[in-house]
Order: sequence, then C-alpha cells, then structure tokens
Amino acid sequence: MAPIPTFAPASPEAHALTALLIGVMIVLGAIFLLVTGLVIFMIVRFRDRPGAPEARQIFGWTALEIAWTLIPFGILAVFSVFMMYADHAADPAIPDGRKPDLQVVGHQWWWEINYPASGVVAANEIHIPVGKPILIELQSADVIHDFWAPQLGRKIDAVPGHPNTLWIEADAPGTYLGTCAEFCGVEHAWMRFRIIAQSEQDFDAWQRAQLVVPSMPSAPDALAGAHLFTGKTCVNCHAVAGTAANQSVGPDLTHLASREMLAGEATRNTPDDLYRWLKDPNAIKPDSHMPDFKLSDDEAHQLVAYLEGLK
Amino acid sequence: MSQIVEAGVAPNLVASEREGLLTWVASVDHKQIGILYMISSMFFFLVGGIEALVIRLQLLAPGLHLISPETFDQMFTMHGTTMIFLFVMPMLTGFSTYVIPLMIGARDMAFPRLNAVSFWIQLFGGVILYFSFIAGGAPNAGWFSYTPLSEKAYSSLAGVDYWVVGLACIGIGTLAAAINFAVTIICLRVPGLTIRRLPLFVWMTLVNSFLMIGALPLLNAALAILLIDRFFNAHVLDPAWGGSALLWQHYFWSFGHPEVYIMILPAFGIISEVIPVFSRKPIYGYEFVAASSVAIAFLSFTVWAHHMFAVGMSHIANLAFGFASMLIAVPTGVKIFNWTATMYGGRIRFTTAMMFAVAFLVTFTIGGLSGVSFAVFPLDWQLTDTYYLVAHFHYVLFGGSVFAIFAGFYYWFPKFSGRMMSERLGVWHFWLTFVGFNMTFLIQHILGLAGMPRRVFTYPDLPGWAVMNLISSVGAFLLGISVLVFIWNIFESLANGDVAGDNPWDAWTLEWATTSPPPPENFNRVPPVRGRRPLWDLAHPERADEKVAGT
Repeated sequence: MAPIPTFAPASPEAHALTALLIGVMIVLGAIFLLVTGLVIFMIVRFRDRPGAPEARQIFGWTALEIAWTLIPFGILAVFSVFMMYADHAADPAIPDGRKPDLQVVGHQWWWEINYPASGVVAANEIHIPVGKPILIELQSADVIHDFWAPQLGRKIDAVPGHPNTLWIEADAPGTYLGTCAEFCGVEHAWMRFRIIAQSEQDFDAWQRAQLVVPSMPSAPDALAGAHLFTGKTCVNCHAVAGTAANQSVGPDLTHLASREMLAGEATRNTPDDLYRWLKDPNAIKPDSHMPDFKLSDDEAHQLVAYLEGLK
Repeated sequence: MSQIVEAGVAPNLVASEREGLLTWVASVDHKQIGILYMISSMFFFLVGGIEALVIRLQLLAPGLHLISPETFDQMFTMHGTTMIFLFVMPMLTGFSTYVIPLMIGARDMAFPRLNAVSFWIQLFGGVILYFSFIAGGAPNAGWFSYTPLSEKAYSSLAGVDYWVVGLACIGIGTLAAAINFAVTIICLRVPGLTIRRLPLFVWMTLVNSFLMIGALPLLNAALAILLIDRFFNAHVLDPAWGGSALLWQHYFWSFGHPEVYIMILPAFGIISEVIPVFSRKPIYGYEFVAASSVAIAFLSFTVWAHHMFAVGMSHIANLAFGFASMLIAVPTGVKIFNWTATMYGGRIRFTTAMMFAVAFLVTFTIGGLSGVSFAVFPLDWQLTDTYYLVAHFHYVLFGGSVFAIFAGFYYWFPKFSGRMMSERLGVWHFWLTFVGFNMTFLIQHILGLAGMPRRVFTYPDLPGWAVMNLISSVGAFLLGISVLVFIWNIFESLANGDVAGDNPWDAWTLEWATTSPPPPENFNRVPPVRGRRPLWDLAHPERADEKVAGT
C-alpha cells in the first residue's frame, strides 16, 4: 500500500485527478510562499525601531489594486481549463445503452455488491478485472453514504432515491482500499471496503466460484451450525444461496469464507475473529445492526464451522 | 474613573451607578449586552474546546475505545454546533454590539430592548442545545444534520429535536441583532461620518448584517421542515416516502455558505482596524477593502452547492458552482494584499493584538488557498469529507476568525475594562496558540490526502495514520493550554492590569475618544468627524486626512 493514495493513482480517472492535484498544489504553494514572504518582509523591515520617524501616511494606489485583482483572475482562468479537462477525464460520459457492470448499494454499515451480468452477489469486497473501465451504479438502502476508493477514481455519494454512477478501473492487479466518506451513523468508521483487481482469468475463476451453490456440510459441528443458522433468526437478515435465507438486510454469506475481512473491516476474517464477532458483536463493532444472540461457546463454534465452510 | 485607578481592585466593566446581577440581566445598555455576549461565548468556547479534546483523545491512536462511537458522534456534533453558533458568531456579535455604537458616535443601538432580546434568545438557544445532554442524549447527526440520517427513522432520540429548536432560537436572536446593526449603522451615525468614512469594522458589520438577514431565514425554514418531518411524519426530506434527501442540503448550504462569511467578515473588520493602528498608517486601499466585502457577500449566495460536488450533480451544475466558488478567491485575495501593503513603510508595534493579526494573514491565507482546491471540483471529489477538509475549515475558522477574535480582544480589552491586558502573558498565549494550532491542523491536510475520512470514531492502522493523528492530538492539547493562558490573562489583567486611559494604542476611531470603559451614554462630546480617522485629524490638524487624501 502506498502511504498517500491520492498521490498513487492506479486508474486513468485517478491519474487525471492526481495530475490536477499536483498542478493546483504547486500554484497554490507558490502563492502561499509569495504572501508569506511579503508578510515576513514587512514585519522585519518595518518593525518599530526607537527614534524612527513617523510613518509616511500612504492611502493606496489604484493601479496596484487593479493588478492584484486581475492577476488572480488569470490564474483562476487557467485553473478552469484544467478543471474542465479533469472533469471530463475523471468522470467520462456514459455511452448510450451502457449497462452498469456493478450495482453497489450502501447499507448502514456495509456495502452490497451485485454483478448484474453474472448474478454474483458479494459484500464489502469488490473483485474487478484489470484494465477494463467498470461502470458502477451506486444506490443507498437507508441514509446517505459515500463510495471512495482514492486510487481508482472519484468519490461519490450513495443517495437514497437518487442513483449515481461512477467509473473505476485498475491498471494493475492488487488490493485497493476504500471507505465510506459521508457520515452515516454510529458505525461510519467501519464501513470500509476493498477492491481486488485481478487478471481476466482470475476474475472469471472468482466469479465461477461465487456462483457455486454451497452444499449442506457433512461434518457434524458444521451441520449443527447450519441448523443453528436457520433455527436462530440469522435468516431474517442474511442470505445463503441454496437455503431458505434470502434477505439483504445484512451481507450475503454464501461465500463468506472467501472474504479477507469482516464487519466493514472492523476485524479480519479468521475463524477466531468470526467466533469473537458472533459471541459479542458489540466488542468489535458497537451498536452495529448485528444482534448479540448470547450464543453458548458450543453454538458459536458450530456456527463458525458452518460459515467458514462457505468458501 | 476614581474607583478604577486603585490598584488591586477589579474595575467595573461599566461605569454605572447601580451594581449587582440585576443591572446585567435587565440591562439594555449595548456595552453590558456586548460583554454578556462575550462572557457566554467564552464559556461555550471552553465547552466546545473540551469536546474537541475528547475527540482528539479518542483519535490519539488507532483502535482506542475510550468513549463509545455514540458519544464520539455527540462530541463532534456539539463541538461544531457550539463553536459556530455559540462561540464565533456571538463573540463577533458581542464585539459589534459593544463597539459599533461607539465607533459611529452613537449613544446606544437603534433598538436597545431588541438588543437585549437578541442576546437572551440566542443564549436560550444554547441552553436548550445543552439541555439535550440530560434529556436523553445530545444531537449526534453532525453540525449539518444531513437527512435522512437526522430523520426519526435513523435518529430516534430527542437530540436532533433539541438541535433544531436550539438553532432556531439562535437564528431568531441573530437575525434580530442583524436588523439592529443595519438600522443602527444606517441611522445613528454622528454628523460627518458618511458611509465612505465608516471604520472598516463598521463596514464589515453592515455588510454582514445583510448577509445574516439573507441567510438565517433559510436555516430557520429548513429547521422548520425537519421538525415537521420529525414530529408529524411529513416525509418532505425522507426519500423512503417520496421526499428528497438532497433538498435539505440545498437549504442548509444556501444558509451555510453565507454563514462561513458571517463568521469571517467581522473578523476581516477587526484585522482592518488592528493592522493600521499598529502599523501607524491608514488602511491601504480603503475603498477596495470595503467593496471586496460587498463582492464576497453577493458571491456567497451563489456558491452553496460547492458543498455538494460529491452528491452527483450534473456537469453543468458542477462547473457553474466551481467557477463561482473560485471567484470568491479574488476579493479575498484583494483584502490579504491590502492588509499586507498597509504594513509597508509602517512602524510596526508587535503588541499581542498585532501578532495575532499578522499570524492571521498567514494562517487565513492557507485556509483560503486550500479552499480554492475545493472549488476546482474534480479535486473536491478526492478531498471532501476527509481530514483535508477538516484542516481547511479550521484554517479558515480558527486561523481566520479565532485569530482575529484574539486580536480584537487584546485590542479592545482596554476599552471594555479600563485595564491593559498583560503583554507578557499575551506573548505566551500567542506562541502557544500559533504552534498548537499549526501542529494540530497542518498535518491533517496530509492525513486527508492519505485517505482518512472525517467523523470516524476510530481508524485502521494504515501507514502513517497513527503518527499523524498522534501529532495532531498533541497539538490540540497545546492549544488547550494556550486557552488557559488566555483565560488567566483576562482575570489577571482585570485584577492587576495597568490602567488603560482613554486611548492606550493612540488609535484613530471614535471609540477611543471616550473614557475606558465609556460612561452609560458613551460620550460627553463627540469630536468632529471630517475623515476616516477623526482622532488623527484632531492630533494633526495641519495634516488631516481630508487635506492629504481628500477623504
């Protein structure tokens, strides 16, 4: 991971934004140095010294006023040209009839990811093929969220009742971090996501794996976990393909074990972390919508065995 | 004056016959009301500062659990609301309430009773806002309470209701104060004090009054809609029932952007008084400083949607608001250049007031320039809602407004109290503030560029984030110490400060032509006004401004 993602663009859109950022920063930095230099000159040169004569009373000079009004206009005109160029490059027009590659829905406090063409449903971890512009349609299920993966493209709000679109693209395979950037309630901090850019073959393989409907586990504790999953109220919020669970209040768990992180990246996705999460969600993500079911140690272990089998 | 001269005795802040609490509560005297504004603002400054320190403590290191996320949200909501509505605005209103009638040679405000009502209503708003803490939870939807998060479905507790009602009271009080300032300045000027001779602080307050009259009703209208939604399920702002999630943002920012200038124009006025007096020169380009304020006021109503570049507006709307927002940089730049040029050829006296004013030039410039990087809207798509934004508006509001408030406080304190503030403590206060402020906020620009969003109660341990947050938090506590030095200086100076006399700075505007503090109706005799600097003209009749510059 590059330390400063806004200076480490990995897509044509983000490259345009970084170039604009650097250009504008250089000009603004120069203006800052000019003003600071002038201020320092004044306070050093014209500080009161004993015995100095009374200051000459100067009221102004119109020519100078006009100069320092017009020159900033010129600078802003240049900025405007670059602004229009970057607008075009970072937010290109959508060709007529172009369908979105991805539908992303912001929920308090996780991201639902749908691939309309293949039917894959995921959460919080977005797999994309490298080198292809990906059109995302962004929605919200509740309040306003904001989708921001700084290395891959612009930031844009997920506004309920107001679908937005954005382009992202990855030049090279890798993991690119993203986050919700609009305050959306108590767990706004843990509404992070990641974009995993893969070669075309790897991406296709991932999609195929995601479409597999998991079979009922055979190991006794995992099977007990599967029964717990349907017996407890897990199914009221979550979905697992091939079972009666088909809700989208919480993330789709069909391939939970294939994800790196849990709970909007509040913790890693290891069996131990999942166990802690199921036992006491409030310890990991306080006030999230995941209820504390007061599971016994055995129940929690059985659920972990089931869920971590959902590769 | 006699009781003031005695050393070791706290001076009366008003030269009034009567004493006691009732004279303050029942007062319609603009000087007493101005001081009440300042006292209540200082109190809320401390409260808002403590909230900020709680925030910075929780963010000291990644993954801390010192306070719950719920409490954290209450802290940043109350910090923002308090600093804006209960500190910066009423503090500047307090300065204006005290100083404006004196500067224009009037006996009081045009509507003294309305003046008292303004103060007490806005204080009542503050009390309602803070009552929420014991009434089931402080507001926690952020200082701009975006819908639908602030709707009942997502904020079911009463905090947002207290926020709405508290702000509505503050809005009404401030609106009344604005009308009072406008009428006072237009109608009560002493003969000779034409509009082209007004001190620039009066100019800025006048322009600001019209800004407030234009902007605050928009806030109160929006608050009314939100309240109706929350209590009567009107669903105007609730997309789940066919309302609009974005309507609130349009309303709020069409108030909220002028609001930014409401908080900075009087600060510009203070700087325009302090820099000339301590440079021993008239303001450079008076007409341009005044006119650029009018330009800023008009433009400020045309740029609200630059707070909304990320909501998904059309390209045309983005371009239009981008251009308009960039334009504001021009009149703002004109001011910075004129203040800097005022020092040229001067004999600069580095009082604490002047040090804050000079520091303002640098820190406010940083805030202004980083503002341009948001107007170039594709950059806003990267920078908005990150710590870069937090850094930006603190450079504007702390590096701008608050530095100017400190400058104004040191400048006018002798007039308010009859005592000089300690310059020794003032120097400590200044340097602790300057270092603490920049340590807290400069690094936050980089933190934002590194991807840290604002309003998160904790954050993952990504490269550099921990150390940058640590630096910022240490800076915040330094800033906290600096405020303690300031408070100490106030009490120490009230008790033991040197006696000020009428005009300790050898300044030129009318408030310095009367005693410190002024008598109940301000002046025994107002000197003749034939220019912008009546007291200069009085001291140098042969070189009066009217003879030299024709003003």
